[in-house]
Amino acid sequence: MLHLKGLGKTYKTGDVALSDVTLEVPKGQIMGLIGPSGAGKSTLIRCINRLVEPTAGAVMLGDVDLASLGKRELRRQRRRIGMIFQEYALVERLTVMENVLSGRLGYVPFWRSFLRRYPPQDIQNAYRLLDRVGLMEHADKRADALSGGQRQRVGIARALAQEPELLLVDEPTASLDPKTSRQIMRLLTEICAERGLPAIVNIHDVPLAQQFMQRIVGLRAGRVVFDGPPEDLTEAALTEIYGAEDWHAMRAGDAEQAEAEAEARARMEALA
Amino acid sequence: MTEITHYSQVWAHRTPRKRLFMWLGWLALVALFVWCWQVMTENTIWAFVADAPRQAADIGGRMMPPRLSYLPELMVPLWDTINIATLGTLGGVIMAVPVAFMAARNTTPSQHILRPIALFIIVASRSINSLIWALLLVAIIGPGILAGIVAIALRSIGFVGKLLYEAIEETDARQIEAVQATGASPAQVVSYGIVPQVMPAFWGISVFRWDINIRESTILGLVGAGGIGLKLQASLNVLAWPQVTMILILILGTVVLSEWVSARVRHAII
Repeated sequence: MLHLKGLGKTYKTGDVALSDVTLEVPKGQIMGLIGPSGAGKSTLIRCINRLVEPTAGAVMLGDVDLASLGKRELRRQRRRIGMIFQEYALVERLTVMENVLSGRLGYVPFWRSFLRRYPPQDIQNAYRLLDRVGLMEHADKRADALSGGQRQRVGIARALAQEPELLLVDEPTASLDPKTSRQIMRLLTEICAERGLPAIVNIHDVPLAQQFMQRIVGLRAGRVVFDGPPEDLTEAALTEIYGAEDWHAMRAGDAEQAEAEAEARARMEALA
Repeated sequence: MTEITHYSQVWAHRTPRKRLFMWLGWLALVALFVWCWQVMTENTIWAFVADAPRQAADIGGRMMPPRLSYLPELMVPLWDTINIATLGTLGGVIMAVPVAFMAARNTTPSQHILRPIALFIIVASRSINSLIWALLLVAIIGPGILAGIVAIALRSIGFVGKLLYEAIEETDARQIEAVQATGASPAQVVSYGIVPQVMPAFWGISVFRWDINIRESTILGLVGAGGIGLKLQASLNVLAWPQVTMILILILGTVVLSEWVSARVRHAII
């Protein structure tokens, strides 16, 4: 479905963000992209829909090389790629419905989008998506009136409104609490499974990645240093990606945190 | 961990060098003040200054009481003044919006040609006072309300344009990026990514400028550009002090009212 061939990005300052990344993502696969801050995860997914211009290589989405397109054709092709952002990136002052419908911008002429007169099937589909992500009753609320988890679900609905063939997901849970993070990841994976959608998910929470991803790619200093199923992500592999660190202690820490959370929840329930 | 066992109790916010410069700076400021005072008082005729309270009391006495019967005659010029301010603001805002989009770094279609032109328009408009604009326009299009409206509009372009382009530059790039990622056209990116973000600023700036324009348009009559200023000038010319008082009270009331309206509107949208 998506095939990156020798993708590279060198910034004008001379910083090499990506070099020679070659990856293939088949239909229906959810691929997690892990790596330390500054490894080029964000740059990689932004090079796919060219929010960042790659400086080398090809981005094949089906038969089209996205890296070589002109502006107009690029806009047409961007419709095929849904994107979900770290801090939701909803248009805060527009309503939930307007945000979801904005996923249709690439399909409707300017006057329709300006007057908010979208075709009936787009509106029907938007309602269906809002129902799917559980926000039916919030359709006419302003986006900035929602909680973090709700906003991210609007972000998901907006991306799906494009009827994409590929999802790019940039740190979907970085601004969410652990419980909401898991809910969002579960929703994402369910939706991808329902639609056979391939997805590339940037994520820096390794346990979360292992829990939800079918395949994990590790990036270090702009290069792919790990590519395999989550089970293969051993301590040696993590050291390869992140550098030396006491992984065992970190995992123990995660278990402790989970325990503490469970305890806190029990206390809250006892109070209620 | 370092090997230090005794931590210092002394910590200074500024280095001695910086402190010395601060003192020198203050000294220079005081010297400047003393010098300015001398320049200022050089040509003062102290006899007049000593006489000031008596003169003030004299004019004050002649201004009181305000001539209430003059009020009906002021209503039409007041209406003109409000129209000058409102239509002028409207015209200024309409012209300022494209200028602001051309001047903002993130929306300008050409960084090297249109942006400098837009910035020049803003600076030119801002550097000339409404009264001067009105003076020029009375000469060009003749005395009357139209000259006042155009003067206010021209003066408003710079103010609204500058504040609006700053608001456009401060928009959240992530929201814009997200709209771009859907495959939206440039016009759609502006209408979904930028316009919703600058809308509160836009209304706030426009109403604020309208409020300022009410004040500015009250004096435009002094140079023949219509409104209540005409009456003010006429009354001053014939030394009709009670009428002047009446006009000043009316202007004060109008300005207070416009400030209240503008504060309410801004409160409602922000």
